[in-house]
Amino acid sequence: MARAHSPRRLWLTTIAAWTVALIIFFPVLWMILTSFKTEASAVAMPPEFLGADWTLENYVEVWGRSDYPRFFWNSVVIAVGSTLLGLLIAIPAAWSMAFVPGKRTKDLLMWMLSTKMMPAVAVMVPIYLLFLQFGLLDTRIGLVLVLMLMNLPIIIWMLYTYFKEIPGEILEAARMDGASLWNEIVYVLTPMAIPGIASTMLLNIILAWNEAFWTITLTTTKAAPLSAFIASFSAPQGLFYAKLSAASAMAIMPILILGWFSQKQLVRGLTFGAVK
Amino acid sequence: MSTQSTRLAARFMVAPSVILLFIWMIVPLAMTAWFSFRLYRLLSPDRTGWVGVNNYVWFFNSPDFWLALTNTLLLVGGVLLITVVLGILIALLLDQPIKGQGVLRILVIAPFFVMPPVAASIWENLFMHPQNGLFSAIARGFGAQPILFLESYPMPSVIGIVAWEWLPFATLIFVTALQSLSSEQLEAAEMDGASAFNRFRFIILPHLTRAITVVILIQTIFLLGIFGEIFTTTQGGPGSASTTLPYMIFKQAIVAKDIGRAAAGGIIAVILANIVAYFLMRGIGRHLDA
Amino acid sequence: MTTTLRALLGATAIVAFAGTAMAETTITVATVNNGDMVRMQGLMDDFNAKHPDIKVEWVTLEENVLRQNVTTDIATGGGQYDVITIGTYEVPIWGKQGWLASLNDLPAEYDVDDLLPAIRGGLTVDGNLYASPFYGESSMVMYRKDLMEAAGLTMPDAPTWADIEKAAAAMTNKEAEIYGVCLRGKAGWGENMAFLTAMSNSFGARWFDEAWNPQFDSPEWKATLEFYLNLMNNYGPPGASNNGFNENLTLFNQGKCGMWIDATVAASFVTGKDSTVADKVGFALAPDNGLGKRGNWLWAWSLAIPASSQKQDAAKTFINWATNKDYLALVASKEGWANVPPGTRSSLYANEEYAKVPFAKMTIDSINSADPNAPTVQPVPYVGVQFVAIPEFQGLGTTVGEIFSAALAGQKTADEALAEAQAAVTDEMTATGYIK
Repeated sequence: MARAHSPRRLWLTTIAAWTVALIIFFPVLWMILTSFKTEASAVAMPPEFLGADWTLENYVEVWGRSDYPRFFWNSVVIAVGSTLLGLLIAIPAAWSMAFVPGKRTKDLLMWMLSTKMMPAVAVMVPIYLLFLQFGLLDTRIGLVLVLMLMNLPIIIWMLYTYFKEIPGEILEAARMDGASLWNEIVYVLTPMAIPGIASTMLLNIILAWNEAFWTITLTTTKAAPLSAFIASFSAPQGLFYAKLSAASAMAIMPILILGWFSQKQLVRGLTFGAVK
Repeated sequence: MSTQSTRLAARFMVAPSVILLFIWMIVPLAMTAWFSFRLYRLLSPDRTGWVGVNNYVWFFNSPDFWLALTNTLLLVGGVLLITVVLGILIALLLDQPIKGQGVLRILVIAPFFVMPPVAASIWENLFMHPQNGLFSAIARGFGAQPILFLESYPMPSVIGIVAWEWLPFATLIFVTALQSLSSEQLEAAEMDGASAFNRFRFIILPHLTRAITVVILIQTIFLLGIFGEIFTTTQGGPGSASTTLPYMIFKQAIVAKDIGRAAAGGIIAVILANIVAYFLMRGIGRHLDA
Repeated sequence: MTTTLRALLGATAIVAFAGTAMAETTITVATVNNGDMVRMQGLMDDFNAKHPDIKVEWVTLEENVLRQNVTTDIATGGGQYDVITIGTYEVPIWGKQGWLASLNDLPAEYDVDDLLPAIRGGLTVDGNLYASPFYGESSMVMYRKDLMEAAGLTMPDAPTWADIEKAAAAMTNKEAEIYGVCLRGKAGWGENMAFLTAMSNSFGARWFDEAWNPQFDSPEWKATLEFYLNLMNNYGPPGASNNGFNENLTLFNQGKCGMWIDATVAASFVTGKDSTVADKVGFALAPDNGLGKRGNWLWAWSLAIPASSQKQDAAKTFINWATNKDYLALVASKEGWANVPPGTRSSLYANEEYAKVPFAKMTIDSINSADPNAPTVQPVPYVGVQFVAIPEFQGLGTTVGEIFSAALAGQKTADEALAEAQAAVTDEMTATGYIK
């Protein structure tokens, strides 16, 4: 930054920005705090902050009541699997659309996005019947397929915009040097595209992790991920605010931690190449 | 040079995506279209048959339909308005020199990582609950009657919750967009005596056009299908005050188990989504230069 | 010689076959996430010790999600579950469709005659028992003895609606956030409509006349809805149109309700460890209006086997374990009598130990006073106390529930709500061919 800033301004903007950030974050924070309170303390009026009755009991109970590791592992397999498979299919497509564009490339992209327009509930029975037919119910591979197809348009779109940013001349030069198409992709394109691919991957893992309709509808036990884990805790005989909060925290914590560690990539990924 | 073969290779490389997406689109769509003309109730398998356009007629005649349509557009429009306006304002703030940028950014993204049903249940139970929510505690603290968010203002409450979920997405796109804005240009404008508002109006806003387009496009696609948050919080009520088109379909499919009607609703929703997309593309698509 | 050998070989083959069949069967059991069902999962050591050859996989889900998944599965013949938890509403409909396996051949130790007649009747179709009750419930009045005493009132064991209104008025103290009565207001056929339909029975109202004509334009329904709205607007908690069973339970446990009319199973929760008013709760029968019917319902969460299950024998073994008398004794020995799943067996209520549980008598009296075959004063063409056992009812009940919930939120008057309900139900019944 070339501009000089007065210390007073620095402090003003810092305070303002932190206030805004804390307001946005507060619901998550409040949920995490609630998860460490006893049920009585969680619904106490006026709300208790420092004087609350802190406990780990909720986590112990939630952990003991269900097979968390299995739900967690299914979530990992489904989210990562669908994203990797999606990338595998999307990278060539995005590459060719970015570097060998045709007249209809833009229409094709829009058409791909439009496949996401059918409301999930409306196709619930058709998809369920198809899954039943092909023996995919309650299988991880079935969910990997569904989530991959759901997010494929987003993956292609993101990759496309990243690839667009790579100057075509570099590829021309490589081609002049006699590089084959394969070599061009492996040695020239891929290294330059890695940040874009990484952020695409992250965003799609998050989208797949948070999906809570198909993952509940199409599973029973073997493939059920954390969304189903949450569905087994919401509203059990009286609203156990603290236990529900603990279960919720356990469901979002892995992805929250992943997101925090990779937020730089993610920030890039979230732009969808919206900026050049 | 191998232009010809490159083009051919390119076709081959796009093909898997196009074929897969085509199957993924056409098979359920065809099945849904088929069901939409049939009497198909999950719990009465013995009564089936063709019913012509009855399922569509039911939707159009339903007293909730036009309200649901309005609510759907209200939800999409409301969330877009909030996330774009607040997103830009917050992005402008985050673009300033700030201590602790890294942590700050993490806090702002956090809502995006929360599963939608969890987000809705946090807001419903920990904040908007008329007896146990934090908002009611605050209202009481000021000696006021707690606001009955989900009963008196169901649509604004749902819009607020969904906007909270999507605000980080919008903010981050705008933050990144702002970072690529050359500071020389801004400084030059400042030297020329342009007011802060004019700098925003004539330099920053035009620069953000493409980012805004992307935010609107992507969010619209997701927002048009939202029903989970409504199911968790207001169940479309009170009455049908917060029923949207996807929620109406959800009720037919899941509660009434009337797959024929749900399918008809799905086809109507697809048509609606395409109309919205058409106007979006006409209105803002040119900013995309994809 | 050869015949003996053959017989021997045959026998070995059978043993071998039986051996592999016995090796290990995994059954998938779908349950609701309520306390009794979760407790059962904690007692699985007993089942595993008795049946090491059967492995049980649990699917525990919130009621609405469970119903959605199980219904989709059974209606499409998915065969994903071997044992499902379903309610009294589903059993007759699904049984008639041939979707459930008959449980008539459960072993003698199951003692089918011990089941409470009202509950058993609701789970039997054409002489076939299609589901085994895990716990049964009716509804009753739960009230705060301390607040009643402070108001100088006593709650009769069998109150009238006028008694309820008087008590609600006397206990309400909005300053202290104590509301005289908490009732369901959240829209849904199993939420506000379960309560309101049961309540309407005591006002002499009915959903349909004998020719399936909706009756929401009757003076009885008008009296029901007006009484309910009046009671809730004057003495109920704010925001009640979003309160279902869970929300009211939480409010009652926090000491914010004077009375709560809801499921009898709630009795063990309001007197349990999560309640701040555990030692101050009294029980009374659901109210009546002197017409010979009380406003209480009848429900049982029951275990059933989908006809599409491939492992019916193992599933029957499990159901026998989970719902016979030994299981009740097992829970009593591990968790105390108050935590035994109530409302299924006569022998439980004959047990002297169980009789000491404070809500035992009121529960059995409530269950016995409900009659699914003659739910209200006038004759009806349907079975069911708080529901109408036809496939269309989930949709109908939810539509009407939304209209009544809107009335509670103050968006409609009682007359408008009833006219709307009448029109909506008439349309639907005509479209589905009930009204000729």
